[in-house]
Amino acid sequence: MDQWVPFWPTNAALSASIVDTINIGEFALIGLILLFVTGMTLVFCVRYRRGSPAPRQPLGSSSWRLEIAWTAATLAAFFVLFVFGANAYLFLYRPPPRTDLEVYIVGKQWMWKVQHPGGQREIDALHVPVDRTVRVVLASEDVIHSFFIPSFRLKHDVVPGQFETFWFRPTRTGEYKLECSEFCGVQHAHMIGTVTVMSAADYARWLSDQGVAESLSQQGAALFRSYGCSGCHDPHATVHAPLLTGLYGRVVQLQDGRAVRADERYIRDCILTPLNQIVAGYPPVMPSFAGQMSEEDLIRIVAYIKSLSAGSSS
Amino acid sequence: MSATALELPASYLTEENTIGSWLLTRDHKRIAMMFFCSITFFFFIGGIAATLIRLHLLSPAGAFLQPETYNRLFTMHGIVMVWFFLIPSIPATLGNFLLPLMIGARDLAFPRLNLFSWYLFNTSGLLAVYFLFVGGVDTGWTFYTPYSTLFSNGHVIAAAVAVFINGFSTIATALNFVVTTHKLRAPGMTWFRLPLFVWAIYATSIIMLLATPVLAMTLALIALERLMGIGVFDPQLGGDPLLFQHMFWFYSHPAVYIMVLPAMGVVSEIITCFARRPVFGYRGMCYALITIAVIGFFVWGHHMFTSGISLLSAVVFSMMTFIVAVPSAIKVFNWTVTLHNARIQFDAPMLYALGFIGLFTLGGLTGLVLGTLSSDVHLQDTYFVVAHFHFIMVGGTVSAYFGGLHYWWSKITGRHYPEIWGRFAAILMFVGFNLTFLPQFILGYLGMPRRYYTYSTDLQTWNVLSSAGASILAVAYLLPLFYLTWSLIWGRKADDNPWHATGLEWLTASPPPAHNFLRTPRVTEGPYRYDPRDGSYVSQDGVFHA
Repeated sequence: MDQWVPFWPTNAALSASIVDTINIGEFALIGLILLFVTGMTLVFCVRYRRGSPAPRQPLGSSSWRLEIAWTAATLAAFFVLFVFGANAYLFLYRPPPRTDLEVYIVGKQWMWKVQHPGGQREIDALHVPVDRTVRVVLASEDVIHSFFIPSFRLKHDVVPGQFETFWFRPTRTGEYKLECSEFCGVQHAHMIGTVTVMSAADYARWLSDQGVAESLSQQGAALFRSYGCSGCHDPHATVHAPLLTGLYGRVVQLQDGRAVRADERYIRDCILTPLNQIVAGYPPVMPSFAGQMSEEDLIRIVAYIKSLSAGSSS
Repeated sequence: MSATALELPASYLTEENTIGSWLLTRDHKRIAMMFFCSITFFFFIGGIAATLIRLHLLSPAGAFLQPETYNRLFTMHGIVMVWFFLIPSIPATLGNFLLPLMIGARDLAFPRLNLFSWYLFNTSGLLAVYFLFVGGVDTGWTFYTPYSTLFSNGHVIAAAVAVFINGFSTIATALNFVVTTHKLRAPGMTWFRLPLFVWAIYATSIIMLLATPVLAMTLALIALERLMGIGVFDPQLGGDPLLFQHMFWFYSHPAVYIMVLPAMGVVSEIITCFARRPVFGYRGMCYALITIAVIGFFVWGHHMFTSGISLLSAVVFSMMTFIVAVPSAIKVFNWTVTLHNARIQFDAPMLYALGFIGLFTLGGLTGLVLGTLSSDVHLQDTYFVVAHFHFIMVGGTVSAYFGGLHYWWSKITGRHYPEIWGRFAAILMFVGFNLTFLPQFILGYLGMPRRYYTYSTDLQTWNVLSSAGASILAVAYLLPLFYLTWSLIWGRKADDNPWHATGLEWLTASPPPAHNFLRTPRVTEGPYRYDPRDGSYVSQDGVFHA
């Protein structure tokens, strides 16, 4: 533990550098404004206290010039802050420029369950390699949680009923706090864990040390058969159902005229609420699997369907 | 004129003194006093919860509370402080008492509705006390779904009903204030002669009328989903948990302005009086209040930047958040410049008002940090947010409330509070407040999430400082309870206008007679005609006072 009282959190990711840079600028600006206001107040309070000999000029009635001036000045300053913040936010929350690695995380009262593409699993812990862009797919089994790594200056809520995705790029090896920041019940304060950022070699060693036989998509393939998905979606099936090969990442034409990109969220919605997105040219015959699959099984099946697309990372 | 004609009628306090004459009164001043008693009770209930929370957080492992108890305490603290103290605080007490006096009216437009509002408030308060004693609620004051509808074991429905009924008390009072301001102004009291306090109460009432019904709908939907399993917010039933957040914050963000606009009104009255000069940019101050009230309805999404709302909507909400901060900044600049060329006296109300400016400014500026999208990704749901909104609601609103209470105490009770104690409490409150909440900004930036009953050991120093500040703050809040009560009996008698202020409320006796004015005042002047050169002033009825 740090022997000094901590004042600023460690910076362990690209996102932390971006957020810190903007915040330092912003703290400096608000510090100046605060100094200006309190300084002016104090000076006036001393100079114009009752009984001071300071001359009081007759009060002019026109104040609008000054008011318009500082309205314009604050608007301009605020606009600069807004633009920097929005720009960084879009960079942080949009899909990453490229993805090196994907992990799947399910939040449930009161733990984080992590699944790696290789089939490795961990609870309340996340191992990732340094200097790689990690894309995270988040799901919740129950209530809203929020996945928060202070040293990355990054969080994203995990809302039940849909997948959320975001990404980070760790830049420093070490162990960092992982927290749930959205109140989720009695043990909310214990929904914490550790993110371990490792060198590439250590990470490879860690992966192989987990002793896993089946990758996530292989586990998904087994579920794909046991839930009966293959009965219709198999290339040899007799039912007229869309083929899933090459689906992930493609733009799909729907019956109602919409065109949607088939990402994890789309695939998940198709499994749970199939009638809301009927693919153009197919009959609306798929049953809903809502309430039958756990979030973790859904993730496995989604990983399998993604693996059917050439060039997909898993 | 005969001697009897000069005799003043009995004051509203002494006119009749049976219990029934209070419980069935239609006098806005008596109802204000009864609201004052009710909200003081809840202020201390909420304060006890806060004290226990801060004591518990002295130790990283948590000092003495079970997690269930801790969760119920911060929920109680939030619900009680927001709906049973802060929202009614200035409007239902000072607003109720002063609005008719300031505009030269005999009472509010609907005196019976006013009394009904007090009964509604207490009904909801009794329900709140009930669910507190049967076990409480553990959802946080925000009632986020699906936790509140499917998972919580607490008395969510009782809490929702309490807040629902409470909302109708708010609506009744707001309606009364709006109609009164429109219809009962004394001859000559044009809109731009209204004191800023009246403008602030008016703007607040508009927000209350437009926003509170949405809260009622939201709470009703929660109760329906919890009782009957109607799928509005539950994703398992095809509902959307984020829909709840949209509806909740559509009320609860404007609710922040319900809490802080009246405080701005109070501070404007105090600063002009103790600076002995007109407020800088009176019309700008009026327009700023109205602008905040309107734009405040379009920023609710900034509570949801990390929730997965569309990125475009987040960008728009962030921009609106910066825009709504502009009129607040204008107000701060105008108050500050009002001190220029002034003749400043530092009585207790002025100390509270100056404290308000500093704390509100820092609260507002840290709000900009949270409105900045990228910063919010890190700070959302941490102690930074907790510190920020306490700076606005406690540093801002509660300081102004106490300032107003001291300022108008002689008008309300006919007695002076002890000045030395007033100043001491004001300074103690400022010191205690900063010690409590400044460390929480650092805790938040270090990543301590809110609503944690334990935390890692490296954060203990800041938590201990914060708890130490809270104990000072607790003493500072208890002090006025004692010396103000003391002054009711032993306080020096006050004359009609001890502060030499310009408003109509100072033209009548202290305490005022039941029907406020012996004859309706005629208004010929704007508010705040103070002259800093010699301390003279012209009251709103046009009389010059040296």
